[in-house]
Amino acid sequence: MGGITLSQVSKRFGTTEVIRPLDLEINDGEFVVFVGPSGCGKSTLLRLIAGLEDVSGGAILIDGNDVSNTPPAKRGLAMVFQSYALYPHMSVRKNIAFPLKMAGMNKAEIAKRVDHAAHILSLTDYLDRRPGQLSGGQRQRVAIGRSIVREPQAFLFDEPLSNLDAALRGNMRLEISELHQNLKTTMIYVTHDQVEAMTMAYKIVVLQNGVIEQVGTPLELYRNPANLFVAGFIGSPSMNFATGLAAEKYDATTIGFRPEHLKLFAEGGDWHGTVGVSERLGSDTFLHVNIDGIGQVTVRSDGDIDIRYGDTVSVTPDPARIHRFDASGVALQ
Amino acid sequence: MARAVTQQRKIINTVLAWVIGLLIFFPILWTFLTSFKTEATAIADPPVFLFFDWTLENYTEVQNRSDYLKHFTNSVIIAVGSTILGVLIAIPAAWSMAFVPSKRTKDILLWMLSTKMLPAVGVLYPIYLIFIELRLLDSKIGLTIILMLINLPIIVWMLYTYFKEIPNEILEAARMDGATLKSEIFYVLTPMAVPGIASTVLLNVILAWNEAFWTLNLTAAKAAPLTAFIASYSSPEGLFYAKLSAASTMAIAPILIMGWFSQKQLVRGLTFGAVK
Repeated sequence: MGGITLSQVSKRFGTTEVIRPLDLEINDGEFVVFVGPSGCGKSTLLRLIAGLEDVSGGAILIDGNDVSNTPPAKRGLAMVFQSYALYPHMSVRKNIAFPLKMAGMNKAEIAKRVDHAAHILSLTDYLDRRPGQLSGGQRQRVAIGRSIVREPQAFLFDEPLSNLDAALRGNMRLEISELHQNLKTTMIYVTHDQVEAMTMAYKIVVLQNGVIEQVGTPLELYRNPANLFVAGFIGSPSMNFATGLAAEKYDATTIGFRPEHLKLFAEGGDWHGTVGVSERLGSDTFLHVNIDGIGQVTVRSDGDIDIRYGDTVSVTPDPARIHRFDASGVALQ
Repeated sequence: MARAVTQQRKIINTVLAWVIGLLIFFPILWTFLTSFKTEATAIADPPVFLFFDWTLENYTEVQNRSDYLKHFTNSVIIAVGSTILGVLIAIPAAWSMAFVPSKRTKDILLWMLSTKMLPAVGVLYPIYLIFIELRLLDSKIGLTIILMLINLPIIVWMLYTYFKEIPNEILEAARMDGATLKSEIFYVLTPMAVPGIASTVLLNVILAWNEAFWTLNLTAAKAAPLTAFIASYSSPEGLFYAKLSAASTMAIAPILIMGWFSQKQLVRGLTFGAVK
């Protein structure tokens, strides 16, 4: 079991309030992603759950037990760090075995579990190497291996993929999701990368300035962002916004429309503009169009579109997919 | 052109390094040479450099007059003992300063260092009285304790700087892995800081070995280390340069040999942070 409840949890460093009192419920077996820009407090929140930082207020419950004052070692959680944090003087085998050794497990059982973890993570051939002799992806696997052998109540991942290159990041993302499918253990994953959040999470928690902006499944956040911040943060490329006359037409202070919900016409659409830079990805083309009275918007269009810098085009948003926001940035229903 | 300049520079640097090196080494070489001269050749004017009748009589006489081995053993016990004791106390101290610093940590570190600025003779009288009271005068235990205390600020400072280089995340990982504070220091921190700890140990053994003020003032015969052994050949009976040189050579030889073999480790430790 690994249900985690945060109740009015807050954190101050001196006089700076990094986490304002917040509540959050993480169900057993869920894959939850904390996402937000740097400095939003997502890592601090994870460290509070881990016990590496003390809460300034509120309580953290694991399976109903208040662990706010329990040291990290006794919370039954495992953590994977951004820098991998492997023990450089120990072999891969000893690194993975370390938590079991600390738990006082007998040698035969340790060997069995280490071999099993190494097998799952394809590390069997590297067991006698030192971390310094491994590639970034292998090191990250060792770090994951070290956390799974303990069979923890929950896994905590602190931006585990940000030191890897793009291709490897894609693979590891799949591996971690796969691992979650197999283990069905609660996972809390911190990232600033909304693509990781969207692709891996069962539930996303969007944070900004130490406040939870919205909690929901990836598609809920994509379809019904609660405010301007979430609307702009979730989705890639990000949502376009317009104010003024264009918004007033929809009875809102600001309207938002995603690049994929804009249609291009040679002429006759709602808005007119000139094409700026176009980014061709093969499957799609992202066009940056300067629209009179609105400014630059991104339009997602098909990969083969025949369009050039400086062409004049006409753009119409899908009225059913327009997001409306009031003056304070909150979404209007 | 640029190449010629670098080549010239290289030669100048090499020559300069040799000159400075020889200047530093010269007194040791002179002591070594003098130890093989007769007392008369030792004070000859102009001084004789290499061409004299080499003799071992100074060494035999020094060994006959005072027991080298006893002083040597005392030196080893005091230098190694005070270093080990100091490191054992300094590891937890440096750990707490490096990883759980308080608002006062920097002040404490500076205060510890400031004790090194105090002239030792300023506290000789009170320490002498304390030693009499505790019956520690002329005892190896007393000397080990006083040398440990004197070098402790340096040991703590050195270990503190090495520990600061160890990423906090690794210690946090150990905590998440269920390590108690003791296991964290024993299994993770200490092995990772081995190069730093080793050079701290080496440097402090050297410092303790060479320490003369306290060893001369707090010992007489029983606990006297090699520094006292050398000193016994200076003043009172007149100037015996050759014998003094023989005693000095015998006293510095062990530490010189140790330093020679461990210089790689020493340099690596002292530049720990710079070249990771």
